[in-house]
Amino acid sequence: MSLPDMDRDDWSRFTTRQRLTRYGSLIVTLLVIAWSVSSIDVIWAWVWDAPSQMGDLLARMFPPDPRNLPNILQVLWETVNIATIATFFAVLISLPVAYLAARNTTPNLATLWLGRFILVSSRSINTIIWALLFVAIFGPGVVAGIVAIMFRSVGFIGKLLGEAIEEIDRRPVEALEATGASRLKVIVYAIVPQVMPTFWAVSILRWDINLRESTVLGLVGAGGIGIILQGAIDTFNWPEVAMVLLAILALVILGEIASAMIRRRIL
Amino acid sequence: MLRITDLVKRYAGGDPVLKNLDLTVEGESVVSIIGSSGAGKSTLLRCINKLVEPSSGSIVLNGMELTTLKGRKLREARRKIGMVFQGFNLVDRLTVMENVQSGRLGYISTWSAISRRYPKQDIRRAYELMERVGIAHYADKRADELSGGERQRVGVVRALMQEPEILLADEPTASLDPKTSEQIMQLLRDLARELSLPVLINIHNVAEARQYTDRIVGMRYGRIIFDGPPAELDETAMDRIYSGSPAADRASPQPEPVS
Amino acid sequence: MSATRDSWRKPPMIANPVLRWVTILGIFAYILWSVATLPIDWQRVAEGLVRAQRIFSGAIPPSFERSGLLIDGFLESLKIAILATFGGVLLSIPIAFMAAGNIAPRPIFYLGRAIIILARSFHPVIVAIIFVKAVGFGPLAGVLTLIIYSIGFVAKMLAERIEEIDFGQVEAMRAAGASFLPTLFYAIFPQILPRQIGLTIYQLDSNLRASAVVGIVGAGGIGATLANAFGRYDYDFALAITMVIIGVILISEAVSGQIRKRI
Repeated sequence: MSLPDMDRDDWSRFTTRQRLTRYGSLIVTLLVIAWSVSSIDVIWAWVWDAPSQMGDLLARMFPPDPRNLPNILQVLWETVNIATIATFFAVLISLPVAYLAARNTTPNLATLWLGRFILVSSRSINTIIWALLFVAIFGPGVVAGIVAIMFRSVGFIGKLLGEAIEEIDRRPVEALEATGASRLKVIVYAIVPQVMPTFWAVSILRWDINLRESTVLGLVGAGGIGIILQGAIDTFNWPEVAMVLLAILALVILGEIASAMIRRRIL
Repeated sequence: MLRITDLVKRYAGGDPVLKNLDLTVEGESVVSIIGSSGAGKSTLLRCINKLVEPSSGSIVLNGMELTTLKGRKLREARRKIGMVFQGFNLVDRLTVMENVQSGRLGYISTWSAISRRYPKQDIRRAYELMERVGIAHYADKRADELSGGERQRVGVVRALMQEPEILLADEPTASLDPKTSEQIMQLLRDLARELSLPVLINIHNVAEARQYTDRIVGMRYGRIIFDGPPAELDETAMDRIYSGSPAADRASPQPEPVS
Repeated sequence: MSATRDSWRKPPMIANPVLRWVTILGIFAYILWSVATLPIDWQRVAEGLVRAQRIFSGAIPPSFERSGLLIDGFLESLKIAILATFGGVLLSIPIAFMAAGNIAPRPIFYLGRAIIILARSFHPVIVAIIFVKAVGFGPLAGVLTLIIYSIGFVAKMLAERIEEIDFGQVEAMRAAGASFLPTLFYAIFPQILPRQIGLTIYQLDSNLRASAVVGIVGAGGIGATLANAFGRYDYDFALAITMVIIGVILISEAVSGQIRKRI
């Protein structure tokens, strides 16, 4: 390489105003951090003690105890099924919602706001909070977990699909309207094919996310591997906790590999 | 026969794009519409199949008044009006056959449209037309795998699948290279003869208009100011169509809605 | 080719018919079998409608009577999010450099990547429950959890940015005889700083969302308040908390989006 391309000229980099904004932001940031540190409800002795406590806990986890492994694997598979079934139904439900929430397909203003309202409420409430609600309704178990994941996923998938619908190429739509095709046929022939790539990408992405989410449902009683984890923690069976954590780690990594593979095959 | 009388199109708040326009297309002639950008060519064509809603006036195709149609009646009328677009307007991710068959969407049942089980006679007609324009071997290919000229042939076949009573072509060659665009013009002309089909073509290229069409209509700022066979389109007529400014016409032109 | 062909089928996505049918049947078998084997107590589920009615009638109208508790919970969540973002971003910088393939030597690169994968793989709720056991209930566990959570995202994105930097500037510094640290400060930091600020603000937003959740397993903040309300069947208070959470999340999303657009 010949002369380096240093295009920055530090001497005149900022105007006074920029400099003031930068220092101002820095000071505000520091003040906010100071406020948080000084007022947070923490016993500082515990903070200094935390590394040794963590070390102690990790030491008690070692070596992981594989005796319960068959049971763990079985429940892990159940966890995968929770994620898959929930994703499947969430995708089905999100299709009409995306249709309502996209400005160019929604029938009228009222349906547009209905669609947007469903998406926002679904997206703003975390899966775990949904799970709390559905455990209260359906009782502890996988149904609460599946429904909780579904409720959270509809907003995610619906929002991205709705945006994809809004970004389609208008011209094929115009061409098919000119042939005298009905609304439904125009949707099937001109809109659906254009949204398909996004549809698959978003569904796979959400499945991958749901795999992670389904591992914690059990901690609020909504089924899956989290229940075994909770049980092992409650009985201070740390070697088994370690085993469960390893199993979850393997599951998440395998899930990521699998979704990357499916994505490459389909797209 | 297509008879347009006193057609006006005015977009919200602006001067009219089409000003009391009269045009009659009879029999099986190939008519080209020339004029500079903003003359209202595209709007005129889109008023005929009501992709653009006319403000006032009348458009009658083979005895049927089109301007008042709505809903199902409008869709049934649109089936009889084929349209070819500048940007081809194909659905890229569908196969050529599906794109071609989408010209039949106004006729077939929703179920056969969704399941892609097209009626036998439609498939036969599709193969015949595709054979005619030389794209039959692409039936199973995705539309975006084809070249520009081939894509426009798909667009033409899609329009012909409608068994139209008139064919509208909006700048059908503007996205193509010179050689391909001559092929497409030749094709439109031949098909008009073979199928006894009147064809209305918007076109920028005056040389192509002269060579391939029977009648030339010159538009300027929403009015027809020339109408005659190619031989009559002389220097003076060309000057009248293409010279001048909006100010000279005491009206500012609207940009064409789609081009 | 004969012009009289009158049949056409859309080419299937999987060309091999055996493979195609095996795939289709396999998917159906999987769905049926997984639904059938999931341990579902249908009778208990059927009671859900009645319970849902009871919960919702208990929840409406939402009760803001204990707004002091609500505000305290939120302030704690906010503090947790701020401290975790600060700590997480600070720790992310060295980890990102470790995990950048164009800078770090191989063994360190693998170590950096392993830390990121580990931090990303576990849901914050799992990390939280471990920390709660190690350091006790309260916001400390929340801060520690979200530090790990922040590392998983910020370090990963930052490492990718570092791998994309223009090495001309680094070589220039080296050619000018600069040692490691000045090179870092003058050739690498300026290139990653804008991205870093954007990431930090994004992460603050994410942490605020997540802090509402980790509280449910005891790691402090508004989540703990919410879990308590649920546990005591105070559904009207729970609804009030949930509504405020949604409001705060929407505001925080809008603010963070605005700031990131300005940068």
